[in-house]
Amino acid sequence: MTISPQAFTFVRELVRAESAIVLEPGKEYLVESRLVPLAREAGHPDVDAYVADLSTRRSQAALMKVVEALTTNETSWFRDSDPYTTLRKEVLPLLAKTRPNRELRVWAAACSSGQEPYSIVMTALDTPELAGWKTDVIATDLSEEMLERGRRGEYSQLEVNRGMPATTLVRHFERSGLNWRINQSIKDRVQFRQLNLTRPFPPMGKFDVVFLRNVLIYFDLPTKQDILRRVRQVMAPDGHLFLGAAEMTMGVDDAWERVPAGRSSVYRIREEQRTCVPW
Amino acid sequence: MRALVVDDSRAMRRIVGRILGDAGFEVLEAADGQEALDLLAGPGDVPELACVDWNMPVMDGLTFITEVRRHPEWRAITLMMVTTESESDQIVRALAAGAHEYLIKPFTGEAMLEKLDLLGLLPTSTGV
Repeated sequence: MTISPQAFTFVRELVRAESAIVLEPGKEYLVESRLVPLAREAGHPDVDAYVADLSTRRSQAALMKVVEALTTNETSWFRDSDPYTTLRKEVLPLLAKTRPNRELRVWAAACSSGQEPYSIVMTALDTPELAGWKTDVIATDLSEEMLERGRRGEYSQLEVNRGMPATTLVRHFERSGLNWRINQSIKDRVQFRQLNLTRPFPPMGKFDVVFLRNVLIYFDLPTKQDILRRVRQVMAPDGHLFLGAAEMTMGVDDAWERVPAGRSSVYRIREEQRTCVPW
Repeated sequence: MRALVVDDSRAMRRIVGRILGDAGFEVLEAADGQEALDLLAGPGDVPELACVDWNMPVMDGLTFITEVRRHPEWRAITLMMVTTESESDQIVRALAAGAHEYLIKPFTGEAMLEKLDLLGLLPTSTGV
């Protein structure tokens, strides 16, 4: 994924004019990642084509969508809340019954600046069935800049306001100047690694839970199919996959079955597919 | 649903009131804790939510929250402190006094809606 300098300049000028927010050079990744879903929605193969179309048609509504996508930039903690409720109330208690070694491995596959993997660890800590268990989270992202932010584990006031219960904040964070720093005991449970989902995965072992939320939307159908197939290969046979609310496996990779859980859904590898998963 | 916004800043009451209004609340306003207590004691339904600033003249938000919690007839009110006070021990004090949530200024509209969602006060909420 690379955005052309011309497209970046157009978006940068647009955002500066409309919101006074300056996208410094080096923010190409941000622009690209925020605009890919809009490009796909509008039927364009990539961001450059989308921006070229925007710059010629100049539809005010479409331009405002771009500005909005680039200016609401805080990721929420416990994003959408339902998946974390499902994780705590249904998935983790179920897995706790079938793991005699009292260890769980979770993969946060597009972890951005770390809110997702840390939310997973805090959810595991709040699950009574996992008291005394070892829960490790591998957090991956394409952007080294995002990974570094995650490793630092330090968040602004605006960032901790997003979706974090006050009790969770005072329990797991401490003030660090104007920011809040997540406790070392939580940090120690998350390992941040660079990974490109479109390439073969490095050896990572098997996962009991995979969060692949709001990321498939960035890819075309063959790439989605390839990613979901390879996720099956790193998933424990009875593992659980979480996707974004607008994403599904149906019609993409039917080796997965959707299991309604609480107010959301999780995906599991179909029984008949579990035996032939290559490793 | 009804929401009471307690803040000595008219601008802040307007901002919070607009967010809550857009979320479907009927919004009441008070400029300090005492005015808010008087409003609660007066005629009319008890609001489901009160968003309360900490530092106000006459009666501050912490005292207001403590007072509300002393009245069983106001037990159903969900209390959220909305303040610039941002130290851990202040958050702990507010929660101990009876606040259900705590939102630190400045905040975005989404942040406030996410807090309301945590509290189960949006039509789509499940709570956490």
